[in-house]
Amino acid sequence: MAKIKINGKEFEVDPKKNLLEASISAGYDVPYFCWHPKLGSIGSCRQCAVVKYRDENDTVGRLVMSCMEPASEGSIISTDASQAVEFRSNVIEALMTNHPHDCPVCDEGGECHLQDMTVMSGHQTRRYEFGKRTHKNQYLGPFINHEMNRCIQCYRCVRYYRDYAGGDDLNVFSSRNRVYFGRANDGVLESEFSGNLVEVCPTGVFTDKTLKKHHTRKWDLTTAPSICTHCSVGCNTIVGERYGTIRRVYSRYNEQVNGYFLCDRGRFGYEFMNSDKRIKKFVVNGSFDGVTKESAFDFIVKALKGKKIIGIGSPRASLETNFTLKQLVGNENFSVGLSHKDYQLAKLAIDTLKNGNVRTPSLKEVEQCESVFVLGEDITNTAPMLALSIRQAIKNITKTKADKAGIPLWNDAPAREIIQDAHGPLHIAAPMASRLDDVANSTYFSAPENIARFGYVVAHFIDSKLSLPSGLTEEVTSKARKIASDLLSTAKPLIVSGVHCKNEDVLKAASDVAQALKTAGKDVRLSYTFEESNTVGAVLLDGKSLEEVFETKAEVLIIVENDLYRRLSTEKIDSYLSKFEQVIVLDHNCTSTTKKATVILPVGTFTEADGTFVNMEGRAQRFYQVFVPESDTIESWRRIAQIATAIDKPFDQKNFYDFTESLVINNAQFTGIETLAPPPDFKVQGQKIARESLRYSGRTAMKANINVHELKPIEDADSAMSFTMEGYHGQAPTSLITSYWAPGWNSAQAINKYQIEVGGALHGGDPGLRLIEPSKTNFKFYQSNPDAFKVSGSGLKGVPVYKIFGSEELSSKAAAVKERVSESFILLNSKDAAKADVKADETIEISLNGQLSSVKVLIQDDLADGLAGISAGYCGINPEMTDVTIKK
Amino acid sequence: MLSHLRSIGLALKHTFAKRETIQYPDEKVDLAARYRGRIVLTRDPDGMERCVGCYLCAAACPVDCISLQATNDESGRRYPEFFRINFSRCIFCGYCEEACPTYAIQLTPDYEISEYDRKNLVYEKEDLLIAGQGKQHGYNFYRVAGMAITGKDKGEGQNELPPVDVKGLMP
Repeated sequence: MAKIKINGKEFEVDPKKNLLEASISAGYDVPYFCWHPKLGSIGSCRQCAVVKYRDENDTVGRLVMSCMEPASEGSIISTDASQAVEFRSNVIEALMTNHPHDCPVCDEGGECHLQDMTVMSGHQTRRYEFGKRTHKNQYLGPFINHEMNRCIQCYRCVRYYRDYAGGDDLNVFSSRNRVYFGRANDGVLESEFSGNLVEVCPTGVFTDKTLKKHHTRKWDLTTAPSICTHCSVGCNTIVGERYGTIRRVYSRYNEQVNGYFLCDRGRFGYEFMNSDKRIKKFVVNGSFDGVTKESAFDFIVKALKGKKIIGIGSPRASLETNFTLKQLVGNENFSVGLSHKDYQLAKLAIDTLKNGNVRTPSLKEVEQCESVFVLGEDITNTAPMLALSIRQAIKNITKTKADKAGIPLWNDAPAREIIQDAHGPLHIAAPMASRLDDVANSTYFSAPENIARFGYVVAHFIDSKLSLPSGLTEEVTSKARKIASDLLSTAKPLIVSGVHCKNEDVLKAASDVAQALKTAGKDVRLSYTFEESNTVGAVLLDGKSLEEVFETKAEVLIIVENDLYRRLSTEKIDSYLSKFEQVIVLDHNCTSTTKKATVILPVGTFTEADGTFVNMEGRAQRFYQVFVPESDTIESWRRIAQIATAIDKPFDQKNFYDFTESLVINNAQFTGIETLAPPPDFKVQGQKIARESLRYSGRTAMKANINVHELKPIEDADSAMSFTMEGYHGQAPTSLITSYWAPGWNSAQAINKYQIEVGGALHGGDPGLRLIEPSKTNFKFYQSNPDAFKVSGSGLKGVPVYKIFGSEELSSKAAAVKERVSESFILLNSKDAAKADVKADETIEISLNGQLSSVKVLIQDDLADGLAGISAGYCGINPEMTDVTIKK
Repeated sequence: MLSHLRSIGLALKHTFAKRETIQYPDEKVDLAARYRGRIVLTRDPDGMERCVGCYLCAAACPVDCISLQATNDESGRRYPEFFRINFSRCIFCGYCEEACPTYAIQLTPDYEISEYDRKNLVYEKEDLLIAGQGKQHGYNFYRVAGMAITGKDKGEGQNELPPVDVKGLMP
């Protein structure tokens, strides 16, 4: 630690930081634009000037850019010396000479870093009377709106987009004051992480296009902490509502999980909650005419009387919902809602993580790894934020180069200059090319069976005691040998695999590689991806698979938040459902399953309910209800409790907290999740935490057209937050942070004030609780040694291909995401395409395990012979797709 | 005794003084243009709605009686989808007018808005929008702002240079 003096006060700071970070961490407001905790400093905006003194006797000092000076021992600086203040106000005045008079129509207004910094720097009146330079805008796709006039040339966007997120279609053009940030031509931004530009850009150049459609100011949003529901990573989000619809999703800082960023699916997939496919009314026998809550429940009571019930939960529903359903129907009659195959895969992955001696990493730990080996996954499409973390992880090893040259890592430009394009080892074995290939040292494309075998070869070269699969070519062994030596050359290797290529041997091989590295004394991590937001939670809760539960004879079926047609073939599900007298479905969006329901009960999405998800790391995280909808919608677990009450088997539990507590009492594996958040009676200074800001507007007018008398606001019995602006507005416990705000800091960068040290952990610790830790005693090498893949006659073997937009059920119902979803497709290599006599872009009829689908042919030459990549999770695609026959 | 007489004298004097009471409603009081009465939404010199739905009036309102929703039309202009003022809550403080960056919302010298039924005091956009420019003449926000709208492209606003040719090679 270094001792430095800021404004005459002494502080102990990390000498590896710069003076700007040190000053902000110490609580001083120093304005800045180009610096970002994740991007480092480049000193381009000149806004963070402070005065640095030579020693105690120096009274004059000199102006320095605090972001470009190390916080070295004995530094003496002043952030409020008059020459620094004057310099900063001159700089902001210059930056603002071209800024348009746009704030009233700018979506960034009210949470704009430029507004905050302008006020902080003391610039008020425009003195520059000459013309403003203007720019033409570009169309950047359905997610991002472009308004180049507002640019202040801080370069954050390209540094984030290119250097951090690995995109290459956003760049900076032209020179001097004409500098332009955009694409070479109009077009959709290709990066899966383009949405973060909205938060990274300090002004309104890049804004959220979905928010623009239902524009709302930050202060008018009712916000609550939430967890993204669109994949198994479990990124922390803040969801905002106004006038009964969800308006936007913002990232919620969690150092361990997503840090500052989100992927585009998480940020823009929220609109499924506002879609016209939402179920908001009770439906009995296909009609909602004249159906009320009472009549629907009368129907249910009659239907359930003396009948045996089966309950099917869901990996996209919360733990509490699954638990409540299990409680209603009994352990024997409860299914987690996964097909047998998917259940086995997920169970294998979880058991491996629990019984092995390799730890599953959080995204932060991923970022600290040094070499990466990916087996069988296209991570960018299946767990996008993990891919972003891997991009950071492989930079670690090259950082020593900068260290040796004495360049601190925050000094971005010279560090980048010395590192150039070098990066640590990343090896990918997958069925076909993926987005991470651009930074991969080697790739191996083959069928899942061969990927597993390849994994075992790598494991053998790490630990020669492990057996070597037979019949390998020289090319494969030399590739594997290189991977083994690369992984052994670093102290912290990471092995990534997942359930998405639907092959148990791949998971087992990945585990063997990791265990072998552990035996070799490496600090190795093993990360498995899962399909849905709560797959891990549902499997940990335990229940039967779909096939198993349907063997039980029963008359009534209750399905909660699950579309069974996404689990098994249409034929199978049709025949299963036809055996039941009543099919009761609780869901929030219309699906193929709701079409078969005799009764549909409307329930809330994750923004209209409290709940807990367990992510791929095994981290249990709590999400909260954002607002109370005006329709009949309530939480799924509460709806199940209503059913229990209606059939005279009422539960003792009253509110969310009770359900969580009894979940823990009945399931020891979840011990501790009741402490994820303070209980509902928790108060700060005698008040609940407010979901609405102090400046929330319009509450005596927004419903005045319906009723001019304002009704008593609804109280939240389930959490320690209030639904109104009444309540505590200071810094809440980290699991209850409803939005980021500090005096003078209206933008999301107020996060600085919530962190112990800028870019580090939050005051009060990062929320979430790890449920899976390696037991270390019970591990074994799997050594399953599968047979090599063989092309069988005319048939093709189907490999699921996941797409970030389209493969996930809920986000593909969102309006903006829909624009990015392609048609259902089949990927073939040219040889197989020629054999089947089909051409690229042709729409053909194929049979997937006997179920016909119409798909578009795309040529993918790195796909092995005899394989067909099928768009997984797309509408009308059989989830069982092992055998593919082309019908034409 | 003397003070009693003085008081009676004063009272008598006032009997012949000029009347301050106005025979309302037959006679109307003469109010200044800046009087803070009924709120209106004005139009710009081209006859288009001035309000751009920035929510500043709603944020400034101390009794939270303004609520609106912004939306965009094809020309790129932003305007309020609905704009509601609950006059039964309004305290006519004029903060909304002060906050308005486009001179759209203005208070007028009309105070005769009493109703028997409270719900009739809830004014929607059609009730608030007037045909003219109100007190502030000549101001057109989109002429000053950098946003392009149909009929005013980039670089055609006041004090704006023509759009930069990004591919230009001149130093």
